[in-house]
Amino acid sequence: MAYSDKVLDHYENPRNVGSLDKNDPNVGTGMVGAPACGDVMKLMIKVGDDGIIEDAKFKTYGCGSAIASSSLVTEWLKGKTVDEAYAIKNSAIAEELALPPVKIHCSVLAEDAIKAAVADIKAKQLAAKEAA
Amino acid sequence: MTTERKPIYLDYSATTPVDPRVAAKMIPYLTEEYGNPASRSHPYGWTAEKAVENAREEVAKLVNADPREIVWTSGATESNNLAIKGAANFYSNKGKHIITVATEHKAVIDPVRELERQGFEATFLEPDSEGLVSLEVFKAAIRPDTVLTSVMLVNNEIGVIQDIEGIGNICRENNVIFHVDAAQATGKVKIDLASLPVDLMSFSAHKTYGPKGIGALYVRRKPRIRIEAQMHGGGHERGMRSGTLATHQIVGMGEAFRIAREEMATENERIRMLRDKLLHGLQTIEETYVNGDLANRVPHNLNMSFNYVEGESLIMAVKGIAVSSGSACTSASLEPSYVLRALGRSDELAHSSIRFSIGRFTTEADVDYTIALLKEKIGKLRELSPLWEMFKDGIDISKVEWAAH
Repeated sequence: MAYSDKVLDHYENPRNVGSLDKNDPNVGTGMVGAPACGDVMKLMIKVGDDGIIEDAKFKTYGCGSAIASSSLVTEWLKGKTVDEAYAIKNSAIAEELALPPVKIHCSVLAEDAIKAAVADIKAKQLAAKEAA
Repeated sequence: MTTERKPIYLDYSATTPVDPRVAAKMIPYLTEEYGNPASRSHPYGWTAEKAVENAREEVAKLVNADPREIVWTSGATESNNLAIKGAANFYSNKGKHIITVATEHKAVIDPVRELERQGFEATFLEPDSEGLVSLEVFKAAIRPDTVLTSVMLVNNEIGVIQDIEGIGNICRENNVIFHVDAAQATGKVKIDLASLPVDLMSFSAHKTYGPKGIGALYVRRKPRIRIEAQMHGGGHERGMRSGTLATHQIVGMGEAFRIAREEMATENERIRMLRDKLLHGLQTIEETYVNGDLANRVPHNLNMSFNYVEGESLIMAVKGIAVSSGSACTSASLEPSYVLRALGRSDELAHSSIRFSIGRFTTEADVDYTIALLKEKIGKLRELSPLWEMFKDGIDISKVEWAAH
């Protein structure tokens, strides 16, 4: 499999590997994929009171492009608002990493992970508001 | 110009290098003794014919057959096609049912599928969880209209050895033609066709240190087995396979099989020692599983799954060695290995599998390097793996509801 230099760089030096405190009310978690399909992504974002993403961490079980896609989005997410994050399209990820056609699903999974993490933080904030 | 150092080759089940002794023997038949073995009117032809017949004898000797029972083909895929389609069609008036196994090579599965399209019926037996076909299961699959059975001797992915004698005896009792794909077996297990109840057997040169593009089919003479030719033309090979014989390739296969016959006993002992060292080294890593039976297995093969690590990313991480994976991501189909799935392995474990295959030129230093490399890289990838984290937190991953995609 001939991967682009960018995929190889993210694969060999993955950025922002790890986890955040999932019980923190400002942390949203997105877990997508399935082990049977060969890829699972866990993306965690920490959102400040101003709605800006302060930190992002990931862990991924999957092929090289799945790891690279999730590593890349953690870089992109920091400094963005949750709404800007929600608008990230898989095509932008695929283009940035020059993913081959059979690996496009990895970028789709990364987009899904962002959406799941954003949905989680919004649900948490709503629950907090209702409780208040 | 700098050249990148090549990875250590541990993919001998995919193909082997041509032994230098084999290559040396082949070359004169390209440049000097270039005659057509079918030319009867001059010494060029006579010399080539003699070389072909010597090689035929060497191939026959390795498997204790009569040279007249050996038909040259382009490789094991062609041999399998010729045997399966050729015998099924020749004997189709006896019945139209074929038995084979779900873990066979595609070069057996696909010809059987093709026969299904032509009106045959096929049973694909499921092996047990170790990859072996039970004789009871096989016996139960036989029907009055069963005409042909095809079972491989050594599996290409997991290296397990089937009970060919047991299956062959049942075939004899039921008057069923028995074909065996032995592409992965030559030089690894002893084959005695004088005593084995086998009618047709496929061979390949390039899995046994010979060149690619040449193989052979054994066609039993007593009792005589008939097959319909699949390639028509000048009537070479007693009409079973037309086409000018590739003298240099045939000479290479003969020499490769001669070396295999003379050296396999000592070679296999050395390879078993290396494989066991690799096995024990890798078993010190947590959550590893051997795929396929270890006792009934060629010493050359080790197929292991490294749980919670995806196969393709593992292959990328171990660039220093050349191996194969059962992971979907390394195949064009995006499906994990059908062989491991037939063993009942979960998709996750199939995705996480690596086949190491050891051969004539593997050294102990290669094995030491491989063990150290795997330990390091699996640790690194598990740090990255959310599944490993869940496993360590005591979460049963099989109980989690995943959104399949």
